[in-house]
Amino acid sequence: MIRLTRDLIDYHALTETVRRGDCGAVVVFLGTVRDLTGERVTVALDYDAYPAMAEKKMAEIEAETRRRWPVGDIILEHRLGHLEIGDVSVAVAVSCPHRGEAFEACRYAIDRLKELVPIWKKENWADGTTEWVHPGAE
Amino acid sequence: MMTVLLFARIRDQLGTDRITVADAATVGEVRLGLMKQYPQLAGIVEKSVFAVNNEFADDDVAIPHGAEVALLPPVSGG
Repeated sequence: MIRLTRDLIDYHALTETVRRGDCGAVVVFLGTVRDLTGERVTVALDYDAYPAMAEKKMAEIEAETRRRWPVGDIILEHRLGHLEIGDVSVAVAVSCPHRGEAFEACRYAIDRLKELVPIWKKENWADGTTEWVHPGAE
Repeated sequence: MMTVLLFARIRDQLGTDRITVADAATVGEVRLGLMKQYPQLAGIVEKSVFAVNNEFADDDVAIPHGAEVALLPPVSGG
């Protein structure tokens, strides 16, 4: 399952959703808003997306992950809008029969999400300025 | 004429979430047209990828009539 949301990510509920009797391992990754980038202080992030394509790419990542590992269930959820320090911006929850494959599947899904999905964040720096983050195009 | 959807820094710089450009046969033509029309964006347009109908599209991809075209600067989700 994949989801874009403007609400809080309920990672406890996501974890419960992927838990299954035939899976002995659940791995949950949470991306949270960090206050420091190098020496610059962030006070908040704004996330924006190209929603139709973001959902399509997230669904493709779910399908790829299911093809490569014996996934019982998987959820990728990304939050959009204004987030404060410590807020959860993204969650990936994966269940598999064994822990090795659950860790690998979760790592793959979050790495692909960060690489492919058309979502962007805007830094709100402590000095009051803002800046969209476009790696390689600073 | 065709519409190109804009996001993030490019959208903020132009102050709009879509622009109209001359019809173009390929993604590469759209890219060159945009860089000519908005020289101040040439740097980031060069680093961006295009999407046609919600799929990544290289410069040699033909644009079907009525397709949804989007200009995607380097992503930073997660």
